[in-house]
Amino acid sequence: MHTVLSSASKQVTMGHDQPFVIIGERLNPTGRKIFQEKLRADDLSTINIDVADQVAGGADMLDVNMGVPLTDEPALLARAIQLVQSLTDLPICIDSSVIEALEAGLKVYQGKALVNSMTGEDERMDIILPLVKKYDAAILALPNDETEIPMLAADRMIIVEKIVRRVEKEGISLENLIIDPLAMPVGADPENVKNTLETIYLVKEKYGLNMSIGASNVSFGLPNRHALNASFMPMAMAMGLTSAIMDSRTPEVVQSVRAADLLLGLDPWGGNWISSYRAAQAQ
Amino acid sequence: MSDVLTEMYEQTMAGNAPRVLELTKQGLEDGLTPDSILFDALIPALEEVGARFERGDYFVPEMLIAGRAMSGALDVLRPLLADTGAETVGKFVMGTVKGDVHDIGKNLVNIMLEGAGFQVIDLGVQVSPEKFVEAVKEHQPDILGMSAFLTTTMPMFKVNIHELNKAGLRDGVIIMVGGAPVTQEYADVVGADGYAADASTAVRRAKELIAVKRGK
Repeated sequence: MHTVLSSASKQVTMGHDQPFVIIGERLNPTGRKIFQEKLRADDLSTINIDVADQVAGGADMLDVNMGVPLTDEPALLARAIQLVQSLTDLPICIDSSVIEALEAGLKVYQGKALVNSMTGEDERMDIILPLVKKYDAAILALPNDETEIPMLAADRMIIVEKIVRRVEKEGISLENLIIDPLAMPVGADPENVKNTLETIYLVKEKYGLNMSIGASNVSFGLPNRHALNASFMPMAMAMGLTSAIMDSRTPEVVQSVRAADLLLGLDPWGGNWISSYRAAQAQ
Repeated sequence: MSDVLTEMYEQTMAGNAPRVLELTKQGLEDGLTPDSILFDALIPALEEVGARFERGDYFVPEMLIAGRAMSGALDVLRPLLADTGAETVGKFVMGTVKGDVHDIGKNLVNIMLEGAGFQVIDLGVQVSPEKFVEAVKEHQPDILGMSAFLTTTMPMFKVNIHELNKAGLRDGVIIMVGGAPVTQEYADVVGADGYAADASTAVRRAKELIAVKRGK
């Protein structure tokens, strides 16, 4: 199963036989006080730096979230997307929990976007899926519903099944459905990452769907997060994870992904691995 | 200080729940008062855990297991403390708002509140406005705490406060809000009485607000 995302001039393909798709997570004001204040003052300049850093770090796509409280999020997100598209040709993941913001973003986006995200709640799917269809986008879906985030893989799979059926019913091709197998902090429960890995394995086995995950969440609240993030990626990739919204500015983490690509046969003969080594040597 | 209390302090900080439970029972058998166990061992241990967390010397799992160790001891002590009629520092009703399932931050705040001697009633996640109103009516807490992790669920603060107003309960309770995207400014806009950026600050702020209220 191949999911093709694009900008006006560039395509990225997600698939179990494709190199891993790194979606840079940095364009997100949550927990970034200065960035928030600037955005509230209508100053989008931080975006230029964050785009440049993530492109240089090796991102394949960029997530754009403009969730700043007490602002006009739809307008802000639309402007941010236009700005990012003027700075890079990487495809974008439009990230908001506000439906109006998702639509505002989709309206101005050039290419085929990934919409981040919807849950398995009926009322969310009823509103978001028609948008996804209308704008011919792909959708990232989280297997949780109105009551809770299920911890066990088997419980998550029940909601995945519900989402798959609903997407099919809407007449959207399953290529355009990307499941988020839910990364929870291992510091909050020692079983959290095992449950995530099991979910990844089951989604691949049962549906062959592409998957993307908020990878940095696994190391929340722990020291030396880069090392944990870098260790998590190859494990998840070996289970069948095809993409992540993740830290694309830390070489240690990006390299672990590219190494796993090679080790898993997704970078045949090490073409990408060797050429990025040469590029680094030349600098 | 007795050896039991010293060891209890150390084992609570280390998050050794089974040992803390043993020591609590042993301490009571040896004639220690529930008050002494709480105020001379458990609360100081959690205060130190909170201070270290704030400094970046302690991490989330360490705080969670220290909290768990204390909770185990509190289960034994609570009925005894009720018998002695000891006044709690304050009663706190806590919940994550409707539409939101995030609970790690809320749980950390609960731990620090219990560690500071508060009685905490946790309503869990996805708490509807009706449930908040009911809980305030039933438990008559000093403080109602609401947590939200998403910019889309934060507006529930305002909805909940409005519902409390309608039920005539707003003025009787202090309202605190928190969560990753929440700011002091936002707390002011929705009409909350207090905001804190992290668990330790939340405890300090809660104590200040109660002092002001009880001073009236």
